[in-house]
Amino acid sequence: MSFINYAAREINCKLVYYGPGLCGKTTNLQYIFSKVDPNSKGKLISLATETERTLFFDFLPLELGTIRGFKTRFHLYTVPGQVFYDASRKLILRGADGVIFVADSQVERMESNIESLENLEINLAEQKMKLESMPFVLQYNKRDLPNIVPTDELQAALNPRNVPWFEACAPKGTGVFETLKGTAKLVLNELKKKT
Amino acid sequence: MFGTDLTLFEEDERRFTAVLARLCTDSKSRAVFLIDKSGQLISSAGETASVDITSLASLTAGNIAATGGLAQLLGEKEFSVLFHEGEKDHLHISVVAQRGILVVLFDQRSSLGLVRLRVKRASEDITQIFSGMAARTQQEAGRGRAAFQTQFAQITDEDIDNLFMR
Repeated sequence: MSFINYAAREINCKLVYYGPGLCGKTTNLQYIFSKVDPNSKGKLISLATETERTLFFDFLPLELGTIRGFKTRFHLYTVPGQVFYDASRKLILRGADGVIFVADSQVERMESNIESLENLEINLAEQKMKLESMPFVLQYNKRDLPNIVPTDELQAALNPRNVPWFEACAPKGTGVFETLKGTAKLVLNELKKKT
Repeated sequence: MFGTDLTLFEEDERRFTAVLARLCTDSKSRAVFLIDKSGQLISSAGETASVDITSLASLTAGNIAATGGLAQLLGEKEFSVLFHEGEKDHLHISVVAQRGILVVLFDQRSSLGLVRLRVKRASEDITQIFSGMAARTQQEAGRGRAAFQTQFAQITDEDIDNLFMR
């Protein structure tokens, strides 16, 4: 749910990184956090288990700059990817202005990708939201690993509507900002349509 | 009613701030925050400089969402009030008008009873402001884009690209 504050001349949007466990959602946020000017970001909050698996969410507030006199802020959230944290995932999806689905490119993770994408659609439907009618991009992560699925197969399995997609290697940062930018563009254009 | 995006104009901001400032004084609290349920800060009053407000807003929204999930699990509509007791500082968190979260940060200068009492009155005022906002947003939507008179509609792809140039 975007929040336009005319008093402070601010636009605030919420982006959610979704995807199966260990696909690299938190790594995306950590990379962004490490590269962004300290004045443009807040704290990276990770509510994780002792083994650094996301328990509830990661949160990174990001100020991208000014656009037509409006300060543009994005609040980036990740969901816990593990199947049994579904209740938490639903909560974090609430009010999302855009969703980034991070897919794990490894062959053995294809089933988890498909399962997680279906789970995303179910959870959105519960909130009377549809993937088709909201800003949505895909990130094919871990492209540096051996034993990965070719992008055309990933596209056929995960992206039938051919929404914007990006190849990535999150720990090195490849594709991380491209994905964020692609999503921000869709979100701001959607907001533009609404005003 | 509140399923739409939130648009805050100067006048609403002033009204919210006035209510929060009064609540802060009347309840002898350190600081008061009004947060959107999705984790965005709407307004605040009191000693806010020492608090990381953005993180507070996000964590509070997560907290309320998790508690709401628990309530539904138990067949309750919601748990509308949360109280966190610390050694020095305490937090009183309540849901207002279904879409806002009112957070009161207080210490030994106040008491839970006083905070609860003052929050009740402030919540009524905040609910009224939210209702006014919702009605106005509907009216504005009806009048269409032109009447909205926002520069926002003129944003180009180039403007968006420039955000990432820094």
